[in-house]
Amino acid sequence: MDTAEKVRAGLGKRYAAERRFRLFGMGAIVVALCFLVFLFASIIGNGYTAFQQTFIKITVHLESEVIDPRGQRDLHKLRTADYGALVKKSLRAQFPEVSGRRDKRKLYGMVSNGAAFDLQAMVMRDPDLIGKVLDVWVAADDDIDMLMKGHIDRGRPEAERRLKDLEVGWIDRLIADQRLEMRFNSAFFTAGDSREPELAGIWGAAVGSFYTLLVTLLLSFPIGVGAAVYLEEFAPRNRWTDIIEVNINNLAAVPSIVFGLLGLAVFINFFSLPRSAPVVGGLVLTLMTLPTIIIASRAALKSVPPSIRDAALGMGASKMQMVAHHVLPLALPGMLTGTIIGMAQALGESAPLLMIGMVAFIVDIPGGPFDPATVLPVQVYLWADSPERAFVERTSAAIMVLLGFLALMNTLAVFLRKKFERRW
Amino acid sequence: MTTPMLALVLLMLIVAAFEAGRRRAFHVAGNEFRSLHSRPRYYGSYTALWCIIPALLLLVLWLSLKEWVITSLVIAELPAALRSQSPGQLDLLVNDIRNQVATGGAAADALPAVAIAVDRYRDLQWLSYTAMWVAVLSAGIVGAGLAWRRIAPQFWARNRVEGIYKGLLLVCSTIAIFTTVGIVLSVLFESIRFFNAVPVLDFLTGLEWSPQTAIRSDQVGSSGSFGAVPLFAGTLLVSFVAMMVAAPVGLMSAIYLSEYASSRVRATAKPMLEILAGIPTVVYGYFAALTVAPMLRDTGAVLGLSVSSESALAAGLVMGIMIIPFVSSLSDDVINAVPQAMRDGSYALGATQSETVRRVILPAALPGIVGGLLLAISRAIGETMIVVMAAGLSANLTANPLESVTTVTVQIVTLLVGDQEFDSPKTLAAFALGLVLFLVTLLLNVIALHVVRRYREQYE
Amino acid sequence: MLDQADTIAMDVPPEADSGPTRAAGEEKKIKTTGRVTVNKPIITARDVNVRYGDKHAIKDVDIDIAYNEVLAMIGPSGCGKSTFLRCLNRMNDTVDIARVTGRIELEGHDIYDRKTDVVTLRARVGMVFQKPNPFPKSIYENVAYGPRIHGLARNQVELDEIVQTSLRKAGLWEEVNDRLEQPGTGLSGGQQQRLCIARTIAVSPDVILMDEPCSALDPIATAKIEELMDELKENYSIVIVTHSMQQAARVSQRTAYFHLGDLIEVGETERIFTNPRHKLTEDYLTGRFG
Repeated sequence: MDTAEKVRAGLGKRYAAERRFRLFGMGAIVVALCFLVFLFASIIGNGYTAFQQTFIKITVHLESEVIDPRGQRDLHKLRTADYGALVKKSLRAQFPEVSGRRDKRKLYGMVSNGAAFDLQAMVMRDPDLIGKVLDVWVAADDDIDMLMKGHIDRGRPEAERRLKDLEVGWIDRLIADQRLEMRFNSAFFTAGDSREPELAGIWGAAVGSFYTLLVTLLLSFPIGVGAAVYLEEFAPRNRWTDIIEVNINNLAAVPSIVFGLLGLAVFINFFSLPRSAPVVGGLVLTLMTLPTIIIASRAALKSVPPSIRDAALGMGASKMQMVAHHVLPLALPGMLTGTIIGMAQALGESAPLLMIGMVAFIVDIPGGPFDPATVLPVQVYLWADSPERAFVERTSAAIMVLLGFLALMNTLAVFLRKKFERRW
Repeated sequence: MTTPMLALVLLMLIVAAFEAGRRRAFHVAGNEFRSLHSRPRYYGSYTALWCIIPALLLLVLWLSLKEWVITSLVIAELPAALRSQSPGQLDLLVNDIRNQVATGGAAADALPAVAIAVDRYRDLQWLSYTAMWVAVLSAGIVGAGLAWRRIAPQFWARNRVEGIYKGLLLVCSTIAIFTTVGIVLSVLFESIRFFNAVPVLDFLTGLEWSPQTAIRSDQVGSSGSFGAVPLFAGTLLVSFVAMMVAAPVGLMSAIYLSEYASSRVRATAKPMLEILAGIPTVVYGYFAALTVAPMLRDTGAVLGLSVSSESALAAGLVMGIMIIPFVSSLSDDVINAVPQAMRDGSYALGATQSETVRRVILPAALPGIVGGLLLAISRAIGETMIVVMAAGLSANLTANPLESVTTVTVQIVTLLVGDQEFDSPKTLAAFALGLVLFLVTLLLNVIALHVVRRYREQYE
Repeated sequence: MLDQADTIAMDVPPEADSGPTRAAGEEKKIKTTGRVTVNKPIITARDVNVRYGDKHAIKDVDIDIAYNEVLAMIGPSGCGKSTFLRCLNRMNDTVDIARVTGRIELEGHDIYDRKTDVVTLRARVGMVFQKPNPFPKSIYENVAYGPRIHGLARNQVELDEIVQTSLRKAGLWEEVNDRLEQPGTGLSGGQQQRLCIARTIAVSPDVILMDEPCSALDPIATAKIEELMDELKENYSIVIVTHSMQQAARVSQRTAYFHLGDLIEVGETERIFTNPRHKLTEDYLTGRFG
């Protein structure tokens, strides 16, 4: 039997193995991409409803006896007036047949606690409204919202439902009167955190993320670029430089939570910086993103051809001038790309921030990097832990916003790379 | 004066120093402008740098030490009865004093001694603030003055300025070292305190982990409930599940993308895989807890298996998904580093593609792939959010991935999030766990980076 | 002859004109000088064209390869001789952008036919590369690789025998028989190349293609390989691409001269070197360019 015959004899089996192997490879990719699709589908499927919110139209009489009995328009008085009573009164007027304390409490629970604040804000903005009768759209309670979105099943026995038949009846009446409808949930984008799902928003966390990233950027970009320039352009090749390099590579792979421990022990316990503050979060994230930025910046510096350095030095420029005038400008786009990618990492990071207390429940929008704050991913974590059904969709929606920001940053990085990519 | 105003004053001082240095350069040069060694602005920069650096150094030093100094002074002046409390109670008292200072004065119901301390604290704070700015501004002025006096035609200002810049760059590059040192010191220091209360051996070999009981009965370490073996086992179990997903899928995707896929498929599939790497871990955690865990539980129920709703399987599975792109991009790199000549040699002998991959490329790339997998394992071990959200809190010692386990990172988070007394073994245990985590991942990384580097050198 | 040379110079300037806008039919075919056919060919190539994307690398090449001969292909860099060589066992398949047209037959069967199996083809037409490329495995495993994947040995004894015979034929057995388990990458350059030849022989091909096999070797190693080729031609047909005219003159029976993708002249090696008929061949051999 000659070679060709022997080879032919085994071909069938070998090609079957080939096909199998190829199929495995394709399967792996398909599996990975299916995970991706499944993840996005699950997040979007759960979250898109959060951008809508059920509102109820109540007819309120802004009685001057309640708000401003003396008619002085004193701002402090206006602020502290009992707007809740007005809301309750209007609900009673809407459903006059309701009696008994328990039923009344259920009735009052139909609209969000935020309704009183809405009225307060309206009056504070325009005190002339006092004494008038107004139709106001206020957010409904989260249970009603869930019923409208189909997360509470009307078909189930009453005992297993959070909303009883009585309340469902009220809701149907409101719908019939066109006093209940779905509207864009602007509070989600403008409010801080809240225990009430219908009042909770991501703005506080977004601002916290902004301050944290600002601190991170202001520290990590100059330090990262400085370190890269030193290592690439000035550092002598010796043990010390080797140690620094190995160190940077290792830091890049240290678990993020360890950076959190560092932040807790050093910044909070030793330097007594405030807990939960974006400035500490920024410091921790700076240390965490530095390796990324340094490695990217060094790659950018390496890609600048030596001929440019030679040309500058040949003209009599000092080494510092050569770097500042010629090498840095050429390497800058690459460094920026690396920095944006580092910032995107920092934006999605949450574990180290838990350690330094940025996990607190904070209602107020932070006014600066020293105010207590939380960040978007930690907000996601906090809401994911909340038991209310309405937080599920809000968590998913917050994730969508977070992913949106990340996509934006990465697109920017890709755009920068494409635009300034240069082949020497 | 307010802080922004003072900062403005400092800024103006710097500008003034620059201008003064520059003018002095012109002045000392006189008509012999050419006799100046450097251009006048370098003399200006030199003076300004000598203003800015001492001022900023002093500012940072002062800010980092003032809290400690003031607290020590206040404590020293407390009555002996209050001072001789246990460190924990003293800490509480100091916190109380600080809170009262922050809210604007001694509370009405405060002890007289405490009220005095609050006032004293406030005075010292004000004093420190004033003294700090006086010191900072004078440091700037003195520094600039000294530099200004040195200006002469033959003074090499440019070289000095560049030397200072170079020094600053050097400092930037050493931040990485300081970070490592900081990590080591902070976890080591607290760990040693922990090991004073709980013997190292008990910690590393103990089979029972329940830090909560130690707190409740106030038995410092004597309960022997700080045995971390269940945590290590849980971590390994979750990481193992993750690698079972990530290693085959990641490796096979890398092989397919680099050996089989057309450039069009590669150009779309690769970035899609990279998206998986860019998703924040908290999102994976939420996905695991909300979607995957209930799904596994329901599937288990159908099959007659009891799957915990916080099973190691759910957390590991999702963690595996997260690590897929990590494994695939590292493997892709090493597979691409195998020279084309190897492939040609194999094809020329009549090998099929899969034979070439399995018998030539994979063996050749093996060290690199092993290195990549080690890095992936280290990442799985250190991953926090997924397990915090999807794995359990109870320390079960089990090898069954359907049961709930807890991990090192989960325990660190649970021990440190929320109200904490800083000296209890409960809090310190988190640092001991952190130390173990740091050492293990460091070891894995060092080995992996070494292996990968050796591998790359082989084909260069 | 002069006319022809001028035509070439006008019509086929370097690459510039061979753009994609020119269809193959428009190009003037250059007639190869000398006899391209042989009496009993193992391989016949007719109208072979290769395009790498826009680049027309091989233009209408016709040539035969006889049993038990060494055919040398010479020509200046980038003339397409390596490209043509890679057509003969379809190694161009691994390059995405390469397109081969025309007809190449191995013992009467078109190797680019859909029914021809590339694995079987390559088992019959082996190839040795410019740079020695032993696999990062032991010497034994390197040689055993081909027999293993093709299932040529029924048992370990047979495999051992194949490995030993191949190493002997490649003249390497004496040097390595005591260290077969050591990695092949640890050998010297010349030994590595002979290992690659042994690896190729182990599959018992009919034809061995050699792509500048000595260009990375020192003169002594080169001499050994050349000696080896002389012995191998007793059993195999060998096609060698070489940059060294002396090597072509020493080892080959026939020589083909390529220029910018055209096969200019083919003939007995002695005749080509002593009496080139085409102006371009003469210029190349006398060192006027190349």
